[in-house]
Amino acid sequence: MSDILIMILSTLGAIFILIASLGLYRMPDFYTRLSVTVKAVTLGVGCILGAVAIHFSDFSITTKVFAVIFFLFITSPVAAFLIARTAYVSKVKMWDKSVRDELKEVTDKKETAQKRNKETENESNEG
Amino acid sequence: MAVESYLMWVVIPIICLSLLIIVVRFLKGPHVADRVIALDLIISSGVGLIGVFSLISEDPTFLDTAMILALIAFLSTIAFAYYLDKGDKNE
Repeated sequence: MSDILIMILSTLGAIFILIASLGLYRMPDFYTRLSVTVKAVTLGVGCILGAVAIHFSDFSITTKVFAVIFFLFITSPVAAFLIARTAYVSKVKMWDKSVRDELKEVTDKKETAQKRNKETENESNEG
Repeated sequence: MAVESYLMWVVIPIICLSLLIIVVRFLKGPHVADRVIALDLIISSGVGLIGVFSLISEDPTFLDTAMILALIAFLSTIAFAYYLDKGDKNE
């Protein structure tokens, strides 16, 4: 019974990793690549480590496995967010068919507000 | 024994194939950020490969390596993001 469970979980994990790598290869721009890959690989590695925990069925090993899974689930979104922010700041281009860039609206508003502030400051200085 | 041979001949080849595809993207990647996520992905799938290998060899000590590797993946991505940010500001 546990053998079948191990087979199913490890196959699912391997297929998720394969899907993530295909997404990384085929997707058109950086942001879609990032959004596809990070989630799929985290899920795949989680499935494989779950199979490991079922196979050994020992308390210390299960604790270790849960530590790794917890760590991956906490850190990979943070890393993805940071690298996406860095890419946006260093102006990596989006795909031509991307519909929406919400961050651009925010930064445009900020820039216009800063310009207005500077202009009013200059006017007050001149006056 | 059936489980070991199944893992050896089905699961590990799938992961190795995906590693190859990721390496192609790592070599192609038009921007540095693409290479960074390819590297992150290589290390994460390496954690999965180590898990399967510890299943095959019946040796749970490999999981310590997997833990350290997950830590290093996070640290390397953070460090790359930090220094890419800094480099852009200095220009």
